Amino acid sequence: MTNISFNKFYRQFNVLSLILIAVSLVFLIFKGLNYGVDFKGGTLIELRATDKTNNISLIRDSFNQMNLGDVSVKKFGNETDFIVKFEKQNSNDPEFIKNIQNKLSSSIGDVEFRRVENVGPKVSSELLKSGIIAISLSLAAMLLYIWIRFEWQFSLGAILAIFHDVIITLGIFSIFSLEINLSIVAAVLTIVGYSMNDTVVIFDRVRENLRKYSDIKIFDLTNISINETLSRTIITSVTTLLALLSIYFFGGEILKGFSLAMILGVIFGTYSSIYIANPILVSLNVSQRTIVKEEKD
Amino acid sequence: MLYFSKLRIISVIIFTIIFSYFAFSNFIKFDDKFFSKNINLGLDLQGGSYLLLEIDNQPVITQKLQAKIIELKRYFKEKEISLKNFSLKENTILFEASDNEFENVKNILNDKKSDINAYYQQYKSHEFDVSENGNFFNLTYSRYGLVLLKNSSLDQAIEIVRRRVDEVGTNEPNILKRGNDRILVELPGLDDPNRIKSLLGKTANLTFQFISQNNEESFGTEKLSFEDGSRDAIVGKRIILSGDNLIDAKPTMNTETNETVVSFSLDRVGAKKFGRATSTGVGKQLAIVLDGKIISAPTIREPIISGSGQISGGFTFQSATDLALLLRSGALPAPLNIIEERTVGPDLGQDSIDAGILSLIIGFLLVILFMIYKYRTFGLIANLALVSNLFLLIGILTLFEATLTLPGIAGIILTVGMAVDANVLIFERIKEETKNEKNPIIAFDAGYTKSRTTILDANITTLIAAFILFFMGSGPVKGFSVTLGVGILTTLFSVYFIARLLTSFYVVRNKEKEQLL
Repeated sequence: MTNISFNKFYRQFNVLSLILIAVSLVFLIFKGLNYGVDFKGGTLIELRATDKTNNISLIRDSFNQMNLGDVSVKKFGNETDFIVKFEKQNSNDPEFIKNIQNKLSSSIGDVEFRRVENVGPKVSSELLKSGIIAISLSLAAMLLYIWIRFEWQFSLGAILAIFHDVIITLGIFSIFSLEINLSIVAAVLTIVGYSMNDTVVIFDRVRENLRKYSDIKIFDLTNISINETLSRTIITSVTTLLALLSIYFFGGEILKGFSLAMILGVIFGTYSSIYIANPILVSLNVSQRTIVKEEKD
Repeated sequence: MLYFSKLRIISVIIFTIIFSYFAFSNFIKFDDKFFSKNINLGLDLQGGSYLLLEIDNQPVITQKLQAKIIELKRYFKEKEISLKNFSLKENTILFEASDNEFENVKNILNDKKSDINAYYQQYKSHEFDVSENGNFFNLTYSRYGLVLLKNSSLDQAIEIVRRRVDEVGTNEPNILKRGNDRILVELPGLDDPNRIKSLLGKTANLTFQFISQNNEESFGTEKLSFEDGSRDAIVGKRIILSGDNLIDAKPTMNTETNETVVSFSLDRVGAKKFGRATSTGVGKQLAIVLDGKIISAPTIREPIISGSGQISGGFTFQSATDLALLLRSGALPAPLNIIEERTVGPDLGQDSIDAGILSLIIGFLLVILFMIYKYRTFGLIANLALVSNLFLLIGILTLFEATLTLPGIAGIILTVGMAVDANVLIFERIKEETKNEKNPIIAFDAGYTKSRTTILDANITTLIAAFILFFMGSGPVKGFSVTLGVGILTTLFSVYFIARLLTSFYVVRNKEKEQLL
């Protein structure tokens, strides 16, 4: 078993977390998130050009001539693959996509549309709403579960740790203008589950140790518990990260954002279980009495 | 905890073998029908189109309200109550009643047995909400009146959509109602959705109307433009014949003009109507109108009494085929808008499958190597559990013929990464127990017992997240929640039955050795 004094740095890391959260919130409020077509509405086309000399500006120019609102063009994996996104979404004209393809063929040569996503404003706002509901519901469900399983001090610690992870992950997406789409919502929910999982493992140990040692203060008790579970924490995060990194590097372009969000979530989830959840138990002055009282009720 | 009865051992083995069998049935062809199940590939993996259509009910509402005005007029006339100033504004019917008849009209409209304003017992609501403004009555559709109207137009529309999609002949289309004004169409394996989209985008309301002799628009006529946009014509509003009377339509070649035409045949009523109209209208131009646009306006040379005819209009063979298809399948009650489309080409689908499988293999190998490095023999045990976990997971998905999507594959890989957690928790606990307990059997037993609640806690939290995603998510994301959720169940099985079984074998045989773990 390791004997690292994690508790010496509670304060420093709490300050760091507060700064990270503050920065994330500032970006989330003032810059906002870069919503993809799922949530903003509009059209996304993943295209493969047959002519290798095509470049981003050439493609952008030909799309700009079509009067489609704001157009963004990005390279997507291969040299000849591009992602084009624009505001316009025409639900009344079933030939909309076909016409774009025809115009494009005449200006930059044959193109293959590998993927088309076309989301109307009504649908996108519904998707955004249901995404927000899903994340809120999962937070509420976690809160309920941990409230049933643990004392309120523990619940507060675990929930704050989750908020910490979700806010910072979304903050990073905001800072780097990474796209938020439906799969990111799935990633955030998984982060919520993972972060909770990680915290619960340490908390279970803290509670066990509270029963075992009546004379050790919570400040040191959390440190013992963290150390006792540390090798598990590391092994599980490593295997999970190995799996996620393999998705990130080999799973194709479509899963990049999804796996990146989860990689960030796992890193912050592991960190917050140690440096957010536990200091909260300390500051709430949890003692043997906390759990004994609860068990008598 | 380490003791296993013979029966239990056998059932674990059988269970694992059966599901592995299902997992393999995806790759190998079995003769037996029950075993030759396959995982369904989602649209993002096999390629295809997902279309969400929304009915624009406004034309139906206007049409129904106009019909209602006529009905109201007739109804009150029969009752010898005179009403005046009928009008239709913003989906509201307005009319005025005289002072002495006002109460009477009000009672009729609000009567539960009223046959002019139907009362729905099941909803405890009238078809129309009635409000008064001076001597004026305002009738608007009640909430339930609107629901019934929307439902019936959705039922009609879905039938027509089904017929049109079936006529095009794609494999296993999936057509479902969504709410009360939406239709979901999934077309797996479809290469080019453009044709279906343009077929679904047309209402296909076909009418035959005479072209007016006057050049001025007047009461009873309307100005319509030709399909090709070349010119306009004044057309009589009276509908001679509509698409409802068509029983068949097919593209044919007109041998005289060498032109592709759509030939149609009419039912008995239609043939009679058409015969009468064409005999009185010899020499006149008959406009063939589709969705408010004139396709062509041939001059009637002789009465057509055979009940069949041809529509010409400069068609290509493809456009004639499509028009015939639309006419055969019937008109939509209201226009459909495509409010969401997601199309994945077959190439990209295959690329995604390849990338998904590659990352699964790499992720799997990395985790396996790491576990062997960390735990040696017990790493092997954990890995065996992991392999059977993967078989079980794929086996269950196959048994229930679940839909596998790209995020679903990511869910499987993530399960591989997180599945070892339970075994790690147990092994770490056993290590701690061995410090105080010399008898390895007791130490292993304690390790399993003491880690149980933690493992349950940890897995339930992920299961909650998966559940919520399943109910809130759509399409590909739903696939992720399925693999993640089922993955947790198979993980628990593989840890508590398979890995524990192997551990107990190993420990019982090597109990004399020092430092087992």
